Amino acid sequence: MVETIPFTLCFLWSRSYLGAFSLDGVSKRFICPLPERVKIVEVGPRDGLQNEKTIVPAEVKIRLIDMLSEAGLPVIEATSFVSPKWVPQMADQEEVMRGIQRKPGVNYPVLTPNLKGYRAAVTAGAKEVAIFGAASELFSKKNINCSVEESLQRFEEVMKAAKQEGIPVRGYISCVLGCPYEGKVSPVKVAEVAKRLYSMGCYEISLGDTIGVGTPGGMAEMLEAVKKEVPIHALAVHCHDTYGQALANILVALQNGVSVVDSSVAGLGGCPYAQGASGNVATEDVIYMLNGLGIHTGVDLPKLMDAGSYICRSLNRRTSSKVAQATCKL
Amino acid sequence: MGNAPIAVKHCLNYGALMGDSPWMPWLLQEKKGPDIHKFPDFVKIVEVGPRDGLQNEKEMVPTEVKIQLIDMLSQTGLSVIEATSFVSSKWVAQMADHTEVLRGINKLPHVRYPVLTPNLQGFQAAVEAGASEVAVFGSASETFSKRNINCSIEESMRRFEQVITAAKQAGIPVRGYVSCTLGCPYEGDIQPAQVKKVVKRLLELGCYEVSLGDTTGAGTAGSMAAMLRAVTTEVPVHALAVHCHDTYGQALANILTALQMGVSVVDSSVAGLGGCPYAKGAGGNVSTEDVVYMLHGLGIETGVDLSKVIEAGEFICQALNRPTSSKVAQATNKSKPSLSRSD
Repeated sequence: MVETIPFTLCFLWSRSYLGAFSLDGVSKRFICPLPERVKIVEVGPRDGLQNEKTIVPAEVKIRLIDMLSEAGLPVIEATSFVSPKWVPQMADQEEVMRGIQRKPGVNYPVLTPNLKGYRAAVTAGAKEVAIFGAASELFSKKNINCSVEESLQRFEEVMKAAKQEGIPVRGYISCVLGCPYEGKVSPVKVAEVAKRLYSMGCYEISLGDTIGVGTPGGMAEMLEAVKKEVPIHALAVHCHDTYGQALANILVALQNGVSVVDSSVAGLGGCPYAQGASGNVATEDVIYMLNGLGIHTGVDLPKLMDAGSYICRSLNRRTSSKVAQATCKL
Repeated sequence: MGNAPIAVKHCLNYGALMGDSPWMPWLLQEKKGPDIHKFPDFVKIVEVGPRDGLQNEKEMVPTEVKIQLIDMLSQTGLSVIEATSFVSSKWVAQMADHTEVLRGINKLPHVRYPVLTPNLQGFQAAVEAGASEVAVFGSASETFSKRNINCSIEESMRRFEQVITAAKQAGIPVRGYVSCTLGCPYEGDIQPAQVKKVVKRLLELGCYEVSLGDTTGAGTAGSMAAMLRAVTTEVPVHALAVHCHDTYGQALANILTALQMGVSVVDSSVAGLGGCPYAKGAGGNVSTEDVVYMLHGLGIETGVDLSKVIEAGEFICQALNRPTSSKVAQATNKSKPSLSRSD
């Protein structure tokens, strides 16, 4: 408090004599402060394609990632070093990793479910990896056949190796706003898992509304709990649009200080828990909202839409992005 | 910011300065923004599916289907259902059966059934057919007004004045609509001051409520906040409603912003009926199911039973032979008790 007095006096003087002097790193155009910049983590090539029924050849994946790099996305989740037995779509993981043109300044994290996957990822040139936890015990058991704690212990090996090799690790938590088996999920449990991943060494934790049931009130409550254990700059939101709530949830997350948002070009990736329903929120729709709020993302929306059209043609499916559906010209 | 000295931290992060020094806003006499965690306890949903929704559907719907839709919606707990439009059938063929629909529906005592009346002739026909509430439709854009109803904003206000005068004499409340509040398909950006001007005019003429329409759906949370900020400098927020289109997927975020700014009346359309005439193949009205889902999740009362709205949506989509535009309806194969609330 004492330290702030001289600063405060200078600040007040400057405000009164210098008029439009602004210190802010926040966008002041809205009803409350919002981040001035938001980092978009593009998950289409991995999380998106992983949940698409049509298997896409490696060259199409590579072209998609290259187009996304050109669109200005700072982080593009490229593939997953999981066994092809479980996820055939990601069987060409090495080919994709070696084939993409890495734009300087862009990160290309890959999923590594275990040490074996991590080793293969690093051999294939990965410079960043990601691991997965869950906020729901039942979901963890049904999805990966072990408890949440056991899953995190498995990842300790990956964390150790990554630390030694200077490879940053991103953590994901699924079911933060609801579980297809347990129903409601306690914000305290989410905070516990987030704290665990952060103290293990993850530089960022992405909070996933896996089945898209979350609403803005639940998002705010969950973030309130998690913020107590993990600094806000290390949090990201990964919202699914299964119930149409994603953009509203993202808006509330921004209002609560979150400045990293995961999304998927063209809204790739349906929801495996609700047949025919949508999944990931579309990057185009997120960018459109952020642009309207005056928030800087570095993303070129027309180029992003080109990438979306490309992958939808390859998948022979309609885009899930409303912006793409509406826009013949922007 | 970690271990950086506090002063440096405050230099670099305005949000941190404000957060750490709660007395600062008072000292700076910062204009207090709305409390973003505060929401209305109750939101009135104005269901526009049978009129605004069907009006923008290509498929012609028989009168008995319209009547059944409205009757199903009446059972959901909705308190306002826009039934039809007394516009010339030459312009809007879908609404040609307006008299038959209004006479045929089962009017429940706790539900209101406003109808659109673009002029005095339409108003008189509406009253004869049993209307007890009407609505008039203005625009914040001159070009849109001229292209849509063939007259300037000022001329349209003079027509509405006749309707409102007659309505006042008959004791019939009038709702006002303003289109293009967040953008116009012809003019592009619309100044919030212009929106405020038209809203004030409608309220001064005697409308009890004005619904602010994002006609092209191009609005975002940012432009919604700016527009409402301007309008509410001279118009009480309780007299305002928002009518958001989901053409660019922004509707729920825009509605959330409006709620945070004190708006407590939201227009929506069952199953998201009604595409956008300005962007072929694109969505239009926001779907009632998705709005109610969000409101209930926020702990806001609406009086609406979501599962019954989903049923009404399924009914009309079958009749129209089209898939629902509601994501909640798509995700929900059968009504789950946890999703519905009878308040």
